[in-house]
Amino acid sequence: MTAILTYAFKNLPTTSKWALKFSIRPLSCSSQLRAAPAVQTKTKKTLAKPNIRNIVVVDGVRTPFLLSGTSYKDLMPHDVARAALTGLLHRTSVPKEVVDYIIFGTVIQEVKTSNVAREAALGAGFSDKTPAHTVTMACISANQAMTTGVGLIASGQCDVVVAGGVELMSDIPIRHSRKMRKLMLDLNKAKSVGQRLSVISKFRLNFLAPELPAVAEFSTSETMGHSADRLAAAFAVSRLEQDEYALRSHSLAKKAQDEGLLSDVVPFKVPGKDTVTKDNGIRPSSLEQMAKLKPAFIRPYGTVTAANSSFLTDGASAMLIMAEEKALAMGYKPKAYLRDFMYVSQDPKDQLLLGPTYATPKVLEKAGLTMNDIDAFEFHEAFSGQILANFKAMDSDWFAQNYMGRKTKIGLPPLEKFNNWGGSLSLGHPFGATGCRLVMAAANRLRKEGGQYGLVAACAAGGQGHAMIVEAYPK
Amino acid sequence: MEFHDPPISASQSAGIIGKLFCKFILKYLFLIGYICRNFTESSALLTRTHINYGVKGDVAVIRINSPNSKVNTLNKELHSEFIEVMNEIWASDQIRSAVLISSKPGCFIAGADINMLAACKTPQEVTQISQEAQRTFEKLEKSTKPVVAAISGSCLGGGLELAVSCQYRIATKDRKTVLGTPEVLLGILPGAGGTQRLPKMVGVPAAFDMMLTGRNIRADRAKKMGLVDQLVEPLGPGLKPPEERTIEYLEEVAITFAKGLADKKISPKRDKGLVEKLTAYAMTIPFVRQQVYKKVEEKVRKQTKGLYPAPLKIIDVVKTGIEQGSDAGYLSESQKFGELAMTKESKALMGLYHGQVLCKKNKFGAPQKDVKHLAILGAGLMGAGIAQVSVDKGLKTLLKDATLTGLGRGQQQVFKGLNDKVKKKALTSFERDSIFSNLTGQLDYQGFEKADMVIEAVFEDLSLKHRVLKEVEAVIPDHCVFASNTSALPISEIAAVSKRPEKVIGMHYFSPVDKMQLLEIITTEKTSKDTSASAVAVGLKQGKVIIVVKDGPGFYTTRCLAPMMSEVIRILQEGVDPKKLDSLTTSFGFPVGAATLVDEVGVDVAKHVAEDLGKAFGERFGGGNPELLTQMVSKGFLGRKSGKGFYIYQEGVKNKNLNSDMDSILASLKIPPKSEVSSDEDIQFRLVTSFVNEAVMCLQEGILATPAEGDIGAVFGLGFPPCLGGPFCFVDLYGAQKLVDRLKKYEAAYGKQFTPCQLLADHANSPNKKFYQ
Repeated sequence: MTAILTYAFKNLPTTSKWALKFSIRPLSCSSQLRAAPAVQTKTKKTLAKPNIRNIVVVDGVRTPFLLSGTSYKDLMPHDVARAALTGLLHRTSVPKEVVDYIIFGTVIQEVKTSNVAREAALGAGFSDKTPAHTVTMACISANQAMTTGVGLIASGQCDVVVAGGVELMSDIPIRHSRKMRKLMLDLNKAKSVGQRLSVISKFRLNFLAPELPAVAEFSTSETMGHSADRLAAAFAVSRLEQDEYALRSHSLAKKAQDEGLLSDVVPFKVPGKDTVTKDNGIRPSSLEQMAKLKPAFIRPYGTVTAANSSFLTDGASAMLIMAEEKALAMGYKPKAYLRDFMYVSQDPKDQLLLGPTYATPKVLEKAGLTMNDIDAFEFHEAFSGQILANFKAMDSDWFAQNYMGRKTKIGLPPLEKFNNWGGSLSLGHPFGATGCRLVMAAANRLRKEGGQYGLVAACAAGGQGHAMIVEAYPK
Repeated sequence: MEFHDPPISASQSAGIIGKLFCKFILKYLFLIGYICRNFTESSALLTRTHINYGVKGDVAVIRINSPNSKVNTLNKELHSEFIEVMNEIWASDQIRSAVLISSKPGCFIAGADINMLAACKTPQEVTQISQEAQRTFEKLEKSTKPVVAAISGSCLGGGLELAVSCQYRIATKDRKTVLGTPEVLLGILPGAGGTQRLPKMVGVPAAFDMMLTGRNIRADRAKKMGLVDQLVEPLGPGLKPPEERTIEYLEEVAITFAKGLADKKISPKRDKGLVEKLTAYAMTIPFVRQQVYKKVEEKVRKQTKGLYPAPLKIIDVVKTGIEQGSDAGYLSESQKFGELAMTKESKALMGLYHGQVLCKKNKFGAPQKDVKHLAILGAGLMGAGIAQVSVDKGLKTLLKDATLTGLGRGQQQVFKGLNDKVKKKALTSFERDSIFSNLTGQLDYQGFEKADMVIEAVFEDLSLKHRVLKEVEAVIPDHCVFASNTSALPISEIAAVSKRPEKVIGMHYFSPVDKMQLLEIITTEKTSKDTSASAVAVGLKQGKVIIVVKDGPGFYTTRCLAPMMSEVIRILQEGVDPKKLDSLTTSFGFPVGAATLVDEVGVDVAKHVAEDLGKAFGERFGGGNPELLTQMVSKGFLGRKSGKGFYIYQEGVKNKNLNSDMDSILASLKIPPKSEVSSDEDIQFRLVTSFVNEAVMCLQEGILATPAEGDIGAVFGLGFPPCLGGPFCFVDLYGAQKLVDRLKKYEAAYGKQFTPCQLLADHANSPNKKFYQ
């Protein structure tokens, strides 16, 4: 692994060119396919299915993803979500009244706006006649929002859906303790002065201890970083490998940002602050600097550090999904098809973050594709250790046979096609919003690099996972 | 049909005994770190069989892996190989530090070889073994090349003493990894420097707690105590099986620490918490130390009634080490170790350990079909208890009762049992919920068609049991076993109405089921071998220690208890105060006094059993006048459950008072005591000999298959004094002739109840005959 990575680093500046050389791909397949050599042949020309509507992404946008506690820190989640929605309206010029439904994903809910999709949509100027709901599925909440939309369109319930996601880690609901809450509720119910006094007399100082939302699994009480560290150890992923991978992510993100490839980002004028135009978590460092950091979870000998983990992020994303015929009828030139998708789940203790490994072969098989057919891989990077552990799992016959019920391994995604414009480690990871970013990155990369199929995969708390095939829309 | 909450039965009495008793000694016996292995001299001495090492960089990795065994035990071979290896490591210029690790995933070193001690004939031999180990461990402790003990799995007894002699300890944080000094449970003490090193390492109070209770300490607790320096989390699936990779990871982490220690980048010294610092400071004051010794000694004397020599010697040895320096401490440790190993108590406890290992095996082999779906009839105390120990081992369990209230009570009992574990942090709330979902409560027979085994725990009434059996047989599949949880009803009578008597068996649980380890399985003439195999397999899965006995009135356990109970009544009739009787029995080693026992069992139950067994065995089970119990029942003095028995029970009141209303009953039934058999000692022996005589008779009649099962049943189920090792061990150690003499003396006074049985008489006649050879 180290070797592959260092190789990739040395060749960083040339990577994209080099990749391009290989992936000058038949975009409008039919004509070129005939001409293309056999090795280049896709297993499938298209993933359209008879009697099922084709569903397309018209376009998608996101606010810049910011380190939590920076420019968005005084906002509320629906403010950030609204920025993504207005950005989408602006980008696509979609008439508000054609939007049938709006779905947003979010993880840590602001209690006041628990249906954040509705609050954001109203504020963004969508029609008050357009219903909206909010979904949650940990880090794949936005994926769930998209696939819910896909379901609505495929079943003929809707033609136009807006899907997105939002997370604001700058502010989280810190609650009173259960005891204090109970006391306050009892006090509310108490009628006479005597009753009130008797309730108040039950007060103890420790009731004031607040209750923080934990980034820990409810079932195992283990924090995700801790689990990632154990996962990395289980697959014998070294600290150096993890730091190298994180450096790769940051370097590629920096490059993509500098080259203006992150076209899904829309500027956001934050009230009372300057307009935010780009992600602020991209910080390519050096291996030496990174090596100095102490382990963040398993101390003192663990391998997961702040530098090789994704950071707490604020941000929102939104995407316009339509039935293909509707999009064409409205004169849009869609960016991509949303094709087969798959949700998986496994042991939340020891396989918390292995979702991509389980989901990838299943979605490929469902779509009738192979790893070789994929031109753009966009995997959610929760931790370097998690990505590398997934790589090792995908590259292991032993793991495939003993844990996945497969005869052979899935195989490694080629690194030159993998998260080429950075990933969650560098761009940031607003839990509820990442899914849309992954799909837009895949779609935009396919257009830019010239490829037909993209594979999006992500892991999520609860031991769940998701994968989806994105097919480039013929130019 | 109705299922009632079964009244507390004789077996439950035992439960209560057990419960109190457990606190002191037996609870952890099954986890004891002493393992017996027959070590043969077959392997050549040239190649090392137990220990090998490799060198990684400048770190030697010493791997312990005793051949042909699931566990590593500290025996002479392993010891001498360890010395060899260490000498090579110390001599090597290339090696700067070492890691000590076991290649067996569930076991670091489970303890010293019990047979090595048993083979010794004199205290001096044992002392010598101790001194050799002390020397090796001292050399290890003073090693200039740091040695890191990487602990995964049980690290007990001598294994822990080895680990604490190393410079650093890293342990896997999983449930299998436990550290402890269980020597006291075998009547001995940590004899390889443990009594000297532990007080320094974890502080005097904590060290006393470890050594005097013998309790197992989980890794996370050990870290907090300072017994280990680092924890390693167990790993999940990766590129190898999780256990294998976890050990490998432990080794990798240990190597980095070994290097760090050798490079002086890591300090082996630990930061102590404030409380620890204060305790340590307090212990530097001689007066405080004296107070601690005094307090601990008082507590031990109170709990052991002076019947167990080991705890007092442990205190003594620790004290010697602290007050007179380590040379004196080591010397005292090895000498006392030698003395203790030769005591009757130690032999008795070791015998129990052997018996317990035996009773953890399925002598019928694996059943044809694994029991996966279990159904329990009756959600009373017993039914729900059985359900609790089944669901937490992953058995899908149906719990059926006749009423929603009864069922709800049972379900709540199971939940509470599990929730108590959550409070003690032995389970997480999530684990509790997921375990609880294995339980289905219901009022009908839905799902019984899938049951592999049905255990009925309905009211002890033969006609009800018959009705239930017939109803169940109409719905269960052919292979399903029908087990009856009864404490006295003969299984063959229950099976009489069965269409398939080969599938009927008795499973006599003891209450509280989740605390009591014993399960008495009763087979009839017709019970098939596979049915027995199934019942034992389920019992083992439930974590029980199992004795298998033949059917008969009272089986084994209830039958042994009955004559003793009858004698209790007579003694009370003769005017002995219940309090006095209690203190006589507890000072003999029984965990609960005899009068209290009747109250705990329930006077009505005692009456019921006395009548039933009285009918079956006639005059032999006579003695006290059952009228005493009848009168108590008629006045509502049913014991603890009704608030009054021999004593008065009040919620929240700790010291119970005698029930003065009993005076008139006792007065009306008073019989004159016979002065020749009424000394304190005679009273004790009248109780014990009647018990022992009946137990031996059970062996004679073939109710019991082996004396070991008899001992285990009596100690684990009925609270027979563990320091005596059970009735059979007691006969061997005390002498059959002396017992027969006593019985004859009592026979002369009272008649047939004390007639020694033939087998006991045989043993008395030929002094070479022993139950344990």
